[in-house]
Amino acid sequence: MTEPTSTLTAPTARADRWRPPFRVWSAVVFLVALTLALPILVIFGHVFVPAGEVWEHLRETVLAEYVTNSLLLLIGVGIGVLLIGVPVAWLVSVCEFPGRRIFQWALMLPLAMPAYIIAYTYTGMLDFSGPVQGLIRELTGLGYGEYWFPEIRSIGGAMVMLILVLYPYVYLLSRTAFLEQSVCVLEVSRTLGAGPFGGFRRVALPLARPAIIAGLTLALMETLADYGTVAYFGVSTFTTGIFRTWYGLGDPAAAAQLATVLLTFVFVLIVLERWSRAKARFHHTSRRYSTLPRYQLRGWKATAAFVGCLLPVLLGFLLPALQLALWTLQTPEQWMNARFARLVFNTFWLAAAAAVIAVGLALILAYAKRLEGGRFTHVAVRVAGMGYAVPGIVIAIGVMIPFAAFDNALDSFMRSTFGLSTGLLLSGTVFALLFAYAVRFLAVSLQTVEAGLGKIQPSMDDAARSLGMRPLQTLTRVHLPIMRGTLLTALLLVFVDVLKELPATLILRPFDFNTLAVRAFELAGDERLAESSSAALAIVLVGLVPVILLSLTIGRSRPGHQDQHRSTDPEPPAKPLAMPAGTTNTP
Amino acid sequence: MRFRPFAWLVGTAAAIAVSMPLVGCSPADQDEVNLYSARQENLIRPLLEDFTDQTGIRVNLVTGAADNLLQRLRHEGRNSPADLFITADAARLHQAREADVLQSVDSDVLRANIPERYRDPEGLWFGLTTRARPILYHTDRVDPDALSTYEALTETPWQGRVCIRSSSNVYNQSLIAAMIATEGAEAAEEWANGIVANMARPPQGGDRDQIRAVADGVCDVAIANTYYLGLMLNSEGRDREVAEQIGVFWPNQDDRGTHVNISGAGVAAHARNRDNAIRLLEFLTSPDAQEWYAEVNQEYPIRDDVPASTTLRGFGEFQTDDIELYRLGDHNAEALRIMDRARWR
Repeated sequence: MTEPTSTLTAPTARADRWRPPFRVWSAVVFLVALTLALPILVIFGHVFVPAGEVWEHLRETVLAEYVTNSLLLLIGVGIGVLLIGVPVAWLVSVCEFPGRRIFQWALMLPLAMPAYIIAYTYTGMLDFSGPVQGLIRELTGLGYGEYWFPEIRSIGGAMVMLILVLYPYVYLLSRTAFLEQSVCVLEVSRTLGAGPFGGFRRVALPLARPAIIAGLTLALMETLADYGTVAYFGVSTFTTGIFRTWYGLGDPAAAAQLATVLLTFVFVLIVLERWSRAKARFHHTSRRYSTLPRYQLRGWKATAAFVGCLLPVLLGFLLPALQLALWTLQTPEQWMNARFARLVFNTFWLAAAAAVIAVGLALILAYAKRLEGGRFTHVAVRVAGMGYAVPGIVIAIGVMIPFAAFDNALDSFMRSTFGLSTGLLLSGTVFALLFAYAVRFLAVSLQTVEAGLGKIQPSMDDAARSLGMRPLQTLTRVHLPIMRGTLLTALLLVFVDVLKELPATLILRPFDFNTLAVRAFELAGDERLAESSSAALAIVLVGLVPVILLSLTIGRSRPGHQDQHRSTDPEPPAKPLAMPAGTTNTP
Repeated sequence: MRFRPFAWLVGTAAAIAVSMPLVGCSPADQDEVNLYSARQENLIRPLLEDFTDQTGIRVNLVTGAADNLLQRLRHEGRNSPADLFITADAARLHQAREADVLQSVDSDVLRANIPERYRDPEGLWFGLTTRARPILYHTDRVDPDALSTYEALTETPWQGRVCIRSSSNVYNQSLIAAMIATEGAEAAEEWANGIVANMARPPQGGDRDQIRAVADGVCDVAIANTYYLGLMLNSEGRDREVAEQIGVFWPNQDDRGTHVNISGAGVAAHARNRDNAIRLLEFLTSPDAQEWYAEVNQEYPIRDDVPASTTLRGFGEFQTDDIELYRLGDHNAEALRIMDRARWR
């Protein structure tokens, strides 16, 4: 990287100088995308092995159930996360009601809850043997089958569990979008006679669409990849099917073909969204921001807003966390020791490193795509971002196979040529683990970064370039500062995802390397919920650190908030301001 | 100065990313043994620590699902660091043998400690504990005289009264694989269909959940592993109350016997610390280790001369199904197909 040139040069000369970086970018994106797509390609490689007869068997017996259940889950979770995530994001972004300042960060808390943990916890509370139904029976004197109670271990139960932990994706991304929206468009909508709801429905919502869709896509991809919850609830989906086919039936080819069908779902989702968006672009044409005047909610509206925000936090976080805390207190021997501290340490650093890597790669890919919108780059970026919908274990195996092959090939070569053995260089190292995380969670950072980058109008790039900046300088000096909130969101999402990640960690980790998720799952999987609770609770607590940091920064990242002291906006805010804590800093 | 969380976060994370490779590295230690274990860490770590105390040999551990560890072993090939592979069922041991990732071990100690039927004839794997999968029933609602065999549970009187977990679980796969081996695929398929028809509810949860369901009246009988009931009886609180309402019935005592499975281990084909791995195996079959398994984990000792726990002895003596355990692995895929066709979730 060089210093930006401050001297003026002739435009033609500059135009010549820009060309090489373009090729560099496209080479970089090719290499990065190819490397990241490697595990998925390895799995796809199995597709061409004829599975024939096993596939027949699947089609005749269980395939229809896999498809139906996976689709039902997708639809249910999709509707659920939208109905919760978008309205609460709007409420805490533009309305004022009791508790709003707390809710704006508290609504993110369920993000730190692994889906399988919340599933175990709720099952413990709500199933037939649990305290809730036990109380009902005690009060009414009825027995099994004599009263109606929703069956928690069902596809409906799985939907609710997944909605409760996945709605924060939609909330987080749409809130960021609402906050980054130029207030001018909202003000214009108001001067044109739109009420609060009209402004939301006809202006803010369509403008936030890329972000909302990005959040929705993440939630749906995670739904497809979920294994722990559906397996525990006995719901047969593609994910459980892949496991059974691979190991139970011992047929990797048929399993890979199932995984391919799974990925087709994802492709269809993405293509549908792109197609419906057509040529619309969502960046803001005005650089004028002012602090958003909040609607003061009163009376029943305030109560409704309060309850509407409280419920997801209560069900998705407070209740299960309380239960975990109770169990943790009952099992001090599980966590009051140095080994547990080591676990927390490992997990935290692993997640932090993975977050930085995934976001860095996402920036490179997204920016390269912006620089040159070639079809090839688009496809490469798309494929690299598909890992999120693939069950973690499939990715892990996709990493394991080429890494081990590389290690062994290198070892053979070194042995035969120099007579020395290099052993396994990459397999079973933290590097392999971080690589798997990057593959698996790239979609998370990519979706977020792309949504953020998409909101910056291309004229900014043109202006920066015409002032003599190279593409890289444009990125670091123009885009990155604007996208600070977006980048932090991406970092947080990956960080928390890695905290919770289990299957890849389990199979790729080095000797004696444990994480909190591994510990929590091993014990919970053995139905020792109380013993597993301290690790689960620690995941939640470690996840809280970046949630709080992020919340502070997103509040600040709203351009209007930052620039208000310098703002030349002639129009003073119409209503008294209620600014979130941490936004009143002076530059 | 303004607090800048962004810079702070990126800065620390980057520093960490650089230092990351240092984490998790163990000091180069000549006297060590590397373990791939499908048994969970908390179920094996205390024993490994005893081993280290007694021998000075450091034990490095990776735990995970047996299938995945086996896959890792296979792909790592001759450079695999693993010395010993531990599983919680016989089918996977057999699959490991077939995948050529184990090596033959000739040890008088192991031969003496482990009955012949619980180890591979060529010494490729050795059983460490056994567990049975009998019929569990509610003592108030079921007369044990009405119970006889696994097969009898498919008859009309048991309609809507049976609980059993998902067919994805290897213990159910092994149960059916054993039936295929002794009674033939047709009989096994008939049994699977009959059980599905008599299920009180679609399979869900683990073995403990089936036991709880029996206590709560969802069903009257369940098929589950003994150590789950044993552990529940030795726990505190509600699970104990649940388990105290449950009786153990040993099915098929007049013919092939009750289905049993083992946890076991084999020395990796390319083990660098072969001798240490064998020492660890021998240690795991020593009376002390076997007693620990029996008491803490409620599994049956593999050795005849070490008594089962008081809890397990309370379940009574029984005749085991003496099928060669490797055959469970041979019939695993077929068992799963049968259950798929029976719509056993």
